[in-house]
Amino acid sequence: MSTEIETGPDDPRAAAHVVAAGAPKHERGLEWVEEQHVYEPHRVGLPPIGPYVRELWRRREFAFELSRTKLQSQHFDTAFGQLWLVLNPMLLALVYFVLVDILRNGHRPPGFFAHLVAGIFAYYFVSGAVRDGVKSVVSGGKLVLNTAFPRTLLPLSTVITAFTRFVPTFIIYIPIHLLSGLPVGPQLLWLIPIVFCLALVAAGISMFVAALQVYFRDVKNFLPYVLRIWLYASPVLYYANEVPHHWGWLIKVNPIGALLAAWDRVLNAGHAPLASDMLLGLGWGVALFIGGALFFMSRERDFAVRL
Amino acid sequence: MISLSGSNGAVAPAIHVDGVSVTYRTSLEKKPTLRSTVVRMGRRERTVREIEAVKGVSLDVTRGSVVGIMGANGAGKSTLVRAMAGILPPTSGRIEVQGRVSTLLALGVGFNKDLTGRQNVTLGGLAAGLSRGQLAEKYDDIVEFAELEDFMDMPMRTYSSGMYGRLGFSVAVNMEPDILLIDEALSVGDARFRKKSARKMKELCSQARTIVLVSHALGTIHDLCDTAVWMHKGELQMQGEPQAVIDAYTQFLDVGEDALTMEDM
Repeated sequence: MSTEIETGPDDPRAAAHVVAAGAPKHERGLEWVEEQHVYEPHRVGLPPIGPYVRELWRRREFAFELSRTKLQSQHFDTAFGQLWLVLNPMLLALVYFVLVDILRNGHRPPGFFAHLVAGIFAYYFVSGAVRDGVKSVVSGGKLVLNTAFPRTLLPLSTVITAFTRFVPTFIIYIPIHLLSGLPVGPQLLWLIPIVFCLALVAAGISMFVAALQVYFRDVKNFLPYVLRIWLYASPVLYYANEVPHHWGWLIKVNPIGALLAAWDRVLNAGHAPLASDMLLGLGWGVALFIGGALFFMSRERDFAVRL
Repeated sequence: MISLSGSNGAVAPAIHVDGVSVTYRTSLEKKPTLRSTVVRMGRRERTVREIEAVKGVSLDVTRGSVVGIMGANGAGKSTLVRAMAGILPPTSGRIEVQGRVSTLLALGVGFNKDLTGRQNVTLGGLAAGLSRGQLAEKYDDIVEFAELEDFMDMPMRTYSSGMYGRLGFSVAVNMEPDILLIDEALSVGDARFRKKSARKMKELCSQARTIVLVSHALGTIHDLCDTAVWMHKGELQMQGEPQAVIDAYTQFLDVGEDALTMEDM
């Protein structure tokens, strides 16, 4: 994903190159000098990873404090404030339940409501992190302009926020799970690695879109549509095993497809997740996290002059 | 490589700038969007401009010295200071900084107007690399110096511009930095606070802290600094004794040392 952006026609640097090719001869000479700068290693290059990660770790408290401050401003520290935040995904689950129930003609397996609620809450964790993450650098404003710190802290902080919001929604889910008569057992421990993988996916995409937003300020306007399609492409409104065979690849290329299938298998069916789903989910998580982080880090020195 | 302030070369300089150039690209659009990029496709319009803000500057700032940087608008002073702070990494060359840096840059403190003064100070401090303990220790001093005891729990959008400036100055000087980088941010607050901040600056200067000061107030540079640097169009034009550099600079500008250019802080 990142390499496409580096060299794609939308990239302003590539655009400069295109202009140079068509410019008159004497101007082309000037452009050529600029291009030398453009492709110098430092700008698209990465900062030294070791010291960067050390600095990041040293300032981790900043990410937590930023997340706490944001939640405080949404009154997350009060019981009603938390309830309010839970209300949105809860109502969404109800809307989709009615919709899907109509589409399914009332033929729904037992535990479908629990499946839907759990799926929407898990999906909300990832999409919430991405939705906040896209604005994280641009809204960093003067802090980014005036202070030198690893900028990855900004999108990572939104993952912490999303996780903090996810916990109470999961508590809401517990009675639904029990009332639906769904199994409880040690297999539920699998939820921890699944949430971890979802967090990796969320962090990777957050970093990617946060950096992109600096260059294209309307990315955040396109994002809701992409996220809506992503929800429909994920096994939330339906079961992963209901997907027709020839559409099966769709679940695999969806970074959270396999993870949500595993999520459902643990919660709804009461089995340990399939190894293939877990490996695919972990693979997507690690790949997106590393890809997003590298893209973000290669761009972050540019942020101070782009804001 | 010319060493500023003639102390012995045995100690590593606090800031070692070696052949640094900073070139950056900035968008000509106020808000670059994907939409405008797509719409513009095919038209050969340039929306990105390359700016060579600093060109091949080398200088050493010795420990405990106070260096003043002067120059016309757009001379690259602010960019150089931001490069020293690590905010804008150099395009080529190398900057070595020994010690903890605190910045007071033209853009001020407080990144989010909707957050309270306290939250902004905490987040700014943590981002700058302070621990919670260090921050708690300094917090009262910061508030007391800024004289904003009653305002710290109010959103910063309710602050006046003077209050903004006072808080920014107070945070920067109370961080007890090894190196303090100041960019044209000394003239904050009312006359009384200016006097107070001038006193604080003199105190910091005498505490053998390294200070780099960007100012258009030549009087300030004359009074506080023991070396001066004159930058012109991204290049280092002259460095040396403040008086000599100020003389050359004012002669160059052909303005003379009248009351306006010498205006203090």
